[in-house]
Amino acid sequence: MDFSFTEEQTQLRDAVRRYLSQEYRFDARKKIIHGAGTSDTAWAGLAELGLMGVPVPEPYGGFSGTGVDLLVVMEELGRGLVIEPYFATAVMGAAFIKHGGSDAHKTALLPQVADGSLKLACALTEKQSRHELHNIALAGSAQGNDARRTAAPDNGFSLNGSKTVVLHGSEAGQLIVSARTAGQVRDKTGITVFIVDKNAAGVSLRDYRTIDGMRAADITFTNVAVGRDAVLGKVGEGYALIERVAQVGIAALCAEAVGCMEAINAQTIEYLKTRKQFGVPIGKFQVLQHRAAEMFMEVEQTRSLAYLAAVKVDSADAAERARAIHAAKVRAGRAIKFVGQAAIQMHGGMGMTDELPVSHYFKRATMIDATLGDVDHHLAAFAALDAPAESAPVKAAALAA
Amino acid sequence: MELNYTAADEAFRAEVRAWIDANLPAGIKAKMLGHRRLTKADFQFWHNKLYSKGWVAPSWPVEWGGTGWTPTQKHIFDEESARAGAPQVLPFGITMVAPVMMRFGNEGQKRHYLPRILDGTDWWCQGYSEPGSGSDLASLKTRAERKGDNYIVNGQKTWTTLAQHADMIFCLVRTDPEVKKQEGISFLLIDMHSPGITVRPIITMDEDTEVNEVFFDNVEVPVENLIGEENKGWTYAKYLLGHERTNIARVGNSKRELAFLKNIASEQQVDGKSLMQDLRFASKVADLEIELMALEMTVLRVVSAEASGKGPGPEASLLKVKGTEVQQCLTELMLEAIGPRALPFHVEQFDDAAKGEAIDPVAAYYFNFRKTSIYGGSNEIQKNIMTQMILGL
Repeated sequence: MDFSFTEEQTQLRDAVRRYLSQEYRFDARKKIIHGAGTSDTAWAGLAELGLMGVPVPEPYGGFSGTGVDLLVVMEELGRGLVIEPYFATAVMGAAFIKHGGSDAHKTALLPQVADGSLKLACALTEKQSRHELHNIALAGSAQGNDARRTAAPDNGFSLNGSKTVVLHGSEAGQLIVSARTAGQVRDKTGITVFIVDKNAAGVSLRDYRTIDGMRAADITFTNVAVGRDAVLGKVGEGYALIERVAQVGIAALCAEAVGCMEAINAQTIEYLKTRKQFGVPIGKFQVLQHRAAEMFMEVEQTRSLAYLAAVKVDSADAAERARAIHAAKVRAGRAIKFVGQAAIQMHGGMGMTDELPVSHYFKRATMIDATLGDVDHHLAAFAALDAPAESAPVKAAALAA
Repeated sequence: MELNYTAADEAFRAEVRAWIDANLPAGIKAKMLGHRRLTKADFQFWHNKLYSKGWVAPSWPVEWGGTGWTPTQKHIFDEESARAGAPQVLPFGITMVAPVMMRFGNEGQKRHYLPRILDGTDWWCQGYSEPGSGSDLASLKTRAERKGDNYIVNGQKTWTTLAQHADMIFCLVRTDPEVKKQEGISFLLIDMHSPGITVRPIITMDEDTEVNEVFFDNVEVPVENLIGEENKGWTYAKYLLGHERTNIARVGNSKRELAFLKNIASEQQVDGKSLMQDLRFASKVADLEIELMALEMTVLRVVSAEASGKGPGPEASLLKVKGTEVQQCLTELMLEAIGPRALPFHVEQFDDAAKGEAIDPVAAYYFNFRKTSIYGGSNEIQKNIMTQMILGL
């Protein structure tokens, strides 16, 4: 039982924090948002720190980082409010290739992810799907054999349909797309994951800002032809892969949320110490003090489960993994709402402005809750696990005897 | 970061578990698991068992009878004790007054009292709160006036847990009413059998008598019963509060109670199916379980920091607040689970696990556990502590 970070992890944390506090300040970030949307300079800077290689296996030019390594990175990206396509590329995209890609995919793509030359985006969500990653209408039809939908070995697929809120879709070179190759819209079977060149014929994008300062795209696929070598994982069995990758993403988002909320709390404490009303700093008022104490506790409880998720996301035990991931996302979502709303309230009118960083952190944190399943989604999933309690159940009947 | 226990820790856990299973009487275990009330003899039995095994004071230095366990081993012991339904060793002697004596007491006090605390000869209780001094403890008024070789003590303590069984009480008393309130307090050990002491039970809303009023009417206390220096008692009291707080969250107990909750809820019906299959109820249980998982990790973070040499700090306040919130929520959901069957009040059967049904004491347990956010420094006081010590406001 040891919660300490290795020396390498501490160095990584320090390096990312130093870089962001010098090169990615609040005003610089704002310029990026209202300019190109992402920054090539920052991307190169993060690549130089080795961040893209953290989750990439060593044989493919990365560092074979663990969930805890990724936690260290994501916590700092949260604290630095980074809007670059790290999550889409290095967390989600890399995980799809790592867990579902063939040797050829890994050899071709992962080294480019690790050195920062390739960006990825994951097209999973559709307008009707909300938090259900198996709710997929986008059709992947076996080419030349539409009716049977079971492709002959040499036939590829034709993709038709739309995806929405594809984070950093426009910035990506390759898109990872979930498609329905059999069954009904909400079936968990009959799902196949493809990797598609963004510039392939029939792919059209509409790209826009997100409320938390990032970029996303709606993407339409019209008769997009993909070969069988574009399949990640197995045809019709893509949902297991999607769930596995989502767990990696959720663990990372929880870590980002911790960094984000720590920044929110630090800014709020500072404001409580400096803002004066009735002749005293408002932090002298107990009603605000207690709320600040509650915000502190919320973040510590979330941090505890973010650690658990970061460790368990690498576990081979599927039940243990799911339990930790669902719990962490629920706890983070609860904390995000409480901490974020309280921070804005305690900043008063200033909290409402675009001028102060706190509102930007609030927006990012809130969108973390809306990404890859919110509180209710994961609470229901956790309850459904019906994990046996660790201690032997007390038999009520036995006690009554 | 390594969140698994070592093989040595697991072996230790197995040893503790096997020993408790072999030594904990079924009667006491059934009372604990069934929220029944323990007698003085129950507490003493388990204290003596642990004493014979050498496990009654894990936090003490080995030379005084401690176990020499690591913080992780102590945590495992607490967890296994709770899991099995073993009674908690009462804290007043072992984890409250003893550390104060070891740190601030004289040799004579240590040699006389510590062995008697260890073997259970003396049952201790705590004389802190007074009718006019709850959260504002330093305003306490119980007077101790020096007269020759004695202090003459007059006043009243209250909320004194299990004082009806006690042989000794450690008291905060006012020895100087003229100075700043924190600077006129002394830490006094008083024999509960002294003339002039009256113990009167306070009946709580669950008709239990865990707590008492203790009256002092010209009680003579020998001056050698003073701990440390006169008027330095506040310092010692604060030391006591900062000591041994990792089990304050009582995660092991709450894990056991969660299992109990799921069990009774699964036997209740809603809409023709088990209450645990009702999404609304199951979501509440899931939320609570997640909070408990987070709390367990938070406790382990503190234990791990302690193991690497950092003393427990103000995060104990976090553990107290979150721990009691979880405990209270468990009792709320138990109450909710059993619906109208919460109403029957068979209090006369509460000291016997063989009588009645498992759910009988649930409502009383719910009412009783409102105490947890009040005692030991109310949760509001804990938030004040966090505000000042951690947030610097």
